[in-house]
Amino acid sequence: MKESTTLPTHQSNPLLILQASQGWAALQLGEIWRYRELLGFLIWRDIKVRYKQTVLGVLWAILQPVMTMVIFSAFFGELAKVPSDGVPYYLFAYCGLVPWALFSGGLSRSVGSLVSNSNLIKKIYFPRLLIPISSVVGGVIDFALAFFVLIVLLILAGFFPTLNILWLPYFILLAIITALGVGLWLSAMNVQFRDVNYIIPFIVQSWLYITPIAYPSSLIHNEVLRALYSLNPMVGVVEGFRWALLGTQIDLGLTVFISSGVALFLLITGLFYFRRMERTFADVI
Amino acid sequence: MSTALEVVNLSKEYRIGAKQNQFNTLRDSVMDVATAPFRRLGSLMRGEAYGAAELSESLWALRDVSFTVQQGDVVGIIGRNGAGKSTLLKILSQITEPTHGQVRLYGRVGSLLEVGTGFHPELTGRENIYLNGAILGMSRVDIQRKFDEIVDFSGVEKFLDTPVKHYSSGMGLRLGFAVAAHMEPDILIVDEVLAVGDAEFQKKCLGKMSDVAGEGRTVLFVSHNLQAVRMLCKYGICLEGGTVVQQGDVSSVVNSYLKAAQRFDNPVPLQGTSKKEIFLDALRLKSINAPDWGVVEMGDPILLEFKVVCRRPVTGLNLGFGLRSESGERLAVCYSAPRQTFDLSAGTHIIQAQFNQFNVTPGLYAVNGRLEAHGIELDWPIGDSYQFEVIPSEVLLGTPQECLINGKFFIQPDWKQVVSQQVSNEASL
Repeated sequence: MKESTTLPTHQSNPLLILQASQGWAALQLGEIWRYRELLGFLIWRDIKVRYKQTVLGVLWAILQPVMTMVIFSAFFGELAKVPSDGVPYYLFAYCGLVPWALFSGGLSRSVGSLVSNSNLIKKIYFPRLLIPISSVVGGVIDFALAFFVLIVLLILAGFFPTLNILWLPYFILLAIITALGVGLWLSAMNVQFRDVNYIIPFIVQSWLYITPIAYPSSLIHNEVLRALYSLNPMVGVVEGFRWALLGTQIDLGLTVFISSGVALFLLITGLFYFRRMERTFADVI
Repeated sequence: MSTALEVVNLSKEYRIGAKQNQFNTLRDSVMDVATAPFRRLGSLMRGEAYGAAELSESLWALRDVSFTVQQGDVVGIIGRNGAGKSTLLKILSQITEPTHGQVRLYGRVGSLLEVGTGFHPELTGRENIYLNGAILGMSRVDIQRKFDEIVDFSGVEKFLDTPVKHYSSGMGLRLGFAVAAHMEPDILIVDEVLAVGDAEFQKKCLGKMSDVAGEGRTVLFVSHNLQAVRMLCKYGICLEGGTVVQQGDVSSVVNSYLKAAQRFDNPVPLQGTSKKEIFLDALRLKSINAPDWGVVEMGDPILLEFKVVCRRPVTGLNLGFGLRSESGERLAVCYSAPRQTFDLSAGTHIIQAQFNQFNVTPGLYAVNGRLEAHGIELDWPIGDSYQFEVIPSEVLLGTPQECLINGKFFIQPDWKQVVSQQVSNEASL
């Protein structure tokens, strides 16, 4: 208290100064590192809770892509005779659906994540970035299960991995970065504009159509159009998966380069936008 | 002693209330609906909060608040609802940013604005201890080390592997508080956590809080329970309308807050009573030995004063009053009849009731008055009660705190040893 101040008050530098921030804030990724344990707990919570009180439990992680594969194979593969770069259509489709589920699940969960954790945001401080990050990263368990099924299918069909498979982690990371980049933008917007909630199913569905999952991107012959098409980072991810696992003969270089650039751009701008909006979350959520 | 935190000219503005537009024609309102998305999108891209809600009026929840807290001080923050207490704690806990001004923190802050923040109903008690601990900023190793202590303190060990959704609300609170009680920040910030839970829970919280205070940590404590503030804190800060109106020694801050809260000279005009021919104009209470109204020491002789206005003479007036505790529980009802009735002429009269002892435990109380004559009610302003506070008496120093917190009445029987039987060692062998 002021009255009791007898010693000078500036013996040391303050640990932390709280004041109004202006404009773009620093990302402070070091802080995320300091809070890594909490990040771990949040991811663990999301995974643990996701399939509680369901009959099929984690089987849902496998059933969703598998059922989509069956429908795609029946209608696009058999009925419409969509080409599949020389591999069986069901493998072709499933190989695209597995990374797609990682991306679309992560994106959908992250968009609503801040609003559904509003009780935390209003009551305690921690880096808000942890919330969308944990909801995207929490999808890797589902991904691992669906991926395991993919490996089984590949072995049953007589495909054996080549050295290309060493690139797979890169494509997984690319899918996560894309989901996180878009998720950061949309989750921060969703705090004030709940419209985002209504748009997201439409975005995810449209994104599925502009990603070569039901059809191969080799249908696009024009070089310029292909480059434009690769602006969708998921093109790089899905074609990369097929190249790494099915050995599809496709010229990936430019596609992956463009896709990676766009994904990184989305992530960095998303981080800055999120940090800028973060300071008002507790007041408007 | 060194500084734990400094608050310098802190202000916080909130936007409230939507802009009201008058639309004269259908075309205008359609245009407004059509252009609103662009307006809102514009504010979104400029990074303005409140864009979507189009809030335009502002409210200063805090204005130029400054104070310094030394290490090891236990500071109580009091004030009415809307005085800015919670906003201040939210800024200190880094949940929201101030609009102007600065807070300098010289230690790690742990804040407890709610018990059990982040509890997930689907997770078990054990899992929630870890989750909640991590959210409160404890490391996994810390939680593991204190796990048994936490479980012990919470008293829910039997249900540790049951999902929290099956817990009673009291169990959930106890578990939440148990986790929070084991964090070890340099500066602890606690909001109204005592407002929830039953008496036993409150007692446990208070006990733990005074332990923490005793360990030499810096504590900032917000509560409506003035009794708790007075017991735990050495210093007080009183907020009103977003500014600091008083700071200093806790009892003087609490006393002047109470005095400001209930001025007898300016009683709330009792609704509708002015139409009555005979009515109770005001009520007040003080200790016989002290000049101030509204605050009495426990065990003191008390004076309760009625101000009665008569527009016609009245005979056989019977005065009554009811005493209620802070939680609204009715503790006593009393009438002057048959011991005493009053015959009053037209005019204003002061009538006093005197108690030689008034042994309720410390806390806030309210008293209501009622007038009747010959069994007919004349006035009963039921909504207007007079509040007063009973504070612990220095004469009773050394009384266990339990006697002051639990129970409504403080009783002091005379103790006497009546029969003693010596157990002889030879006989027991």
